[in-house]
Amino acid sequence: MSMQSAQSAQGYVTADGRKIGGPVMEMENITLRFGGVTAIQDISFDILEGEIRAIIGPNGAGKSSMLNVINGFYHPQEGRILYHGEERKPLKPYQIAYQGIARTFQNIALFKGMTTLDNIMTGRLTHMKTNLLSQALWWGRAEKEEVENREIVEKIIDFLEIQTIRKTPVGRLPYGLQKRVELGRALAAEPSLLLLDEPMAGMNVEEKEDMSRFILDVNDEFGTTIALIEHDMGVVMDIADRVVVMDYGKKIGDGTPAEVRSNQAVIDAYLGVSHD
Amino acid sequence: MGESISDKGQCDTLPALLAYNVKNFGNQPAYREKEYGIWQSWTWAEAGAEIRNLSLGLLSIGVKTGDYIAIIGRNRPHLYWAMLAAQEVRAIPVPVYQDSVADEIAYVLEHCEARFVFAENQEQVDKVLDIKDKLPNLEAILFLDPRGMRKYDRAHLHDYREIQLEGQKAPAKLVKERDKRLQEQSGKDSCAMLYTSGTTGRPKGVVLSNDNIIKTSQASCEFDGLKSTDSVLAYLPMAWVGDFIFSIGQATWTGFCVCCPENTETMQHDLKEIGPSYFFAPPRYFEGVLTDVMIRMEDAGFVQRHLFNSFMGHAQKVGGAILDGQAVSPMDKLKYQLGKIFVYGPLLNTLGMSNIRVGYTAGEAIGPEIFNFYRSLGINLKQLYGQTEASVFITQQPDGQVRSDTVGVPSPGVELRIDDKGEVFYRSPGVFVEYFKNPESTKDTKDKEGWVATGDAGFIENESGHLRIIDRAKDVGKMKDGRLFAPKYVENKLKFFPTILEAVLFGAGMDRCTAFINIDLQAVGNWAERHNIAYSSYQELAGHPEVYGMVKDHIDEVNRSLADDEMLSGCQVHRFLILHKELDADDGELTRTRKVRRRVIEEKFKELIDALYGGKGEIFTKTEVTYEDGSKGAISATLRIEDAVIAKAGASQGEAA
Repeated sequence: MSMQSAQSAQGYVTADGRKIGGPVMEMENITLRFGGVTAIQDISFDILEGEIRAIIGPNGAGKSSMLNVINGFYHPQEGRILYHGEERKPLKPYQIAYQGIARTFQNIALFKGMTTLDNIMTGRLTHMKTNLLSQALWWGRAEKEEVENREIVEKIIDFLEIQTIRKTPVGRLPYGLQKRVELGRALAAEPSLLLLDEPMAGMNVEEKEDMSRFILDVNDEFGTTIALIEHDMGVVMDIADRVVVMDYGKKIGDGTPAEVRSNQAVIDAYLGVSHD
Repeated sequence: MGESISDKGQCDTLPALLAYNVKNFGNQPAYREKEYGIWQSWTWAEAGAEIRNLSLGLLSIGVKTGDYIAIIGRNRPHLYWAMLAAQEVRAIPVPVYQDSVADEIAYVLEHCEARFVFAENQEQVDKVLDIKDKLPNLEAILFLDPRGMRKYDRAHLHDYREIQLEGQKAPAKLVKERDKRLQEQSGKDSCAMLYTSGTTGRPKGVVLSNDNIIKTSQASCEFDGLKSTDSVLAYLPMAWVGDFIFSIGQATWTGFCVCCPENTETMQHDLKEIGPSYFFAPPRYFEGVLTDVMIRMEDAGFVQRHLFNSFMGHAQKVGGAILDGQAVSPMDKLKYQLGKIFVYGPLLNTLGMSNIRVGYTAGEAIGPEIFNFYRSLGINLKQLYGQTEASVFITQQPDGQVRSDTVGVPSPGVELRIDDKGEVFYRSPGVFVEYFKNPESTKDTKDKEGWVATGDAGFIENESGHLRIIDRAKDVGKMKDGRLFAPKYVENKLKFFPTILEAVLFGAGMDRCTAFINIDLQAVGNWAERHNIAYSSYQELAGHPEVYGMVKDHIDEVNRSLADDEMLSGCQVHRFLILHKELDADDGELTRTRKVRRRVIEEKFKELIDALYGGKGEIFTKTEVTYEDGSKGAISATLRIEDAVIAKAGASQGEAA
């Protein structure tokens, strides 16, 4: 832990030369309960600016709950959350959307009947200032605003290489592409923190490789801070800068992939321990 | 105008023609590319400036006269400029197939001793970096799309646009150097080196001079009356000689506009938006589109289907005649006009073919039904016959003399000769200079008088003077009893069925013929859906008894038509099997232009061929496959072997099955 806090204070430089800055989000002694069930128990960790932070753990470890705590959807019963250095109060849904944290979902949550383009455009919503009426009439500032936002969306479409499906309703797309569209929508919000809930779940090797590349490229090109939950250990160890390991709602490890890999508690959680 | 034409006639290099276009068509669009969802365009003046900056930039990083510069990427204006910029400073562009795996790229780059490489993006840069230890001559890589390369070591890696900026502020010394090199070059200089796809063995570097390209472009443009207002969609591999002639040679000669799709997969959509007036596609493309249309019509409502069928029937009857300007009855003409409003017009628009004035197909035989389908819609689709060694054009079909079974008359300036073995020879201004670093092959292919062996067997029809190609000369063989064995002829007949993607016929030196069949997943998949046949993989579908039944019907039909052909009746298919995997260029079974590599297949699937000639009804096999990233795996399957029905030749006694 001591090394961790040292890193948190002034950031660090990764092996491949990226500069990681100060903390974007700090979780201090978080406990989250649903009735009698304790989903998260006294967990502390931080997410630093510009890094790829992974949260891993076996099924039911509390990873998705943790993600929901990070984006403000769940409010923990105990503990403090510092976002950009300030303590975050419980948020209303619309405030969650405006705080600059974008996410994707484990079970894709896109508008199935809308095209890829329109879906990604919805990600720009928090950046649009004109009112409903002028948008509906396509008049005055609304027109200019839509053109500006469309340009940003087109850059994202180009970035994610989904030009082919620009005008295709997302319901008709294969799973891997839908995941990519969802990432596109999250990117469109230009988040300061991007949360990815199992971005590789259900993908084949090739799709996983593509997605890994996109995640690394997003981090590299836009400097976006990314926190992701993932099941596939191989992927996590390849792309994450630091990893938090959870098991039964508790944190059992935290550090670089190499450190986590050699951590006995983590090995036990994943491979099981003999009880004789 | 007369003056400017004579002016143009004096341009004996592509850079000179470029300068001519900048002067004469400065404000006309030269290049278009769809990017960020919008068509961007560059006029000849703008393109000229971009190319000038790039060529000065190339000088600033030390490009020497005679350097080979490889270009790897999909069709993009910037990469076409890279070729022209290289030519401006007397370097020789070598476009490389972008979907080649690292090994293939390594061979080409090593062979041509490329000092510089233009790579479109990170993927291509990585490929080159992977093999850089094998390339002692490599000085630097220039990349177009910087994405993902922020952390790369920039010592030998340059951003295309930064090099252009470098060129923009180039000192007077370099500007003078560029002018000097522009002055020095002539028509005899190498214009480009293109590697042949290599149906046999390693690819060979075909050196084409400026004279080759310009004279061929001039003749072919005049043949079809191409103008500066025409446009073409550049979507075929840049390393292929056809794209070089269309998008560089002819475009620079006439000044027409080259349009590049947004990416490879959006081609069909971009084609619709651009509506080019000049279009080339391999038969495979036309087949694919037709299959697609038919599948969609089968799923359409009753009214639409009825309209489509009745008007298409009418078009089949009179459409070709109307296109060729022959007389048809006023009633038929009226019905055709109506069809144009209700069916042909909207269909062509959807296919992006509304504006096509000149359309070509080549490379493989095209099925008569497919060919006639497009012609009946009013598309002036013609065939040509060409080779890299000829700067494409050997023969082509003049307007009004178009048939599916010939490849046309000799192109302007081309002489044809058929030798006693039936092999086709030609001589033309487009004939290549040499195979790079391979004088032996050059000597084998091109004789002292400049005649080039095509390697194809064919004959010239007496009445029409059109050339007909039967097969590759070395593939045309004899069966055990001396009858003619022309595999490609039979394979093409099989491939004309939409459900058969690929076929490979065996039988040279044997007493009977057998075949491998590859099904077309899309067409057969749709067929399966309509027949309530469930399947979970390509392999399972390919092995399905009902699919076997359908393929057998097709083979029986081909056998019947072969039986009537006196020369080729011996080539009837006796036994066949449906392969458990698609033949793939990554596995070396096809060339990059998707031609069957017979020898490779014979070697790789030897046990299957033996089984075809043995008596067994099924065989277990395990096949190595290569994935896109170069890693290998294996698939295994038990394949069924079935007998086909051998037809009796007309009245003559024929043989028993």
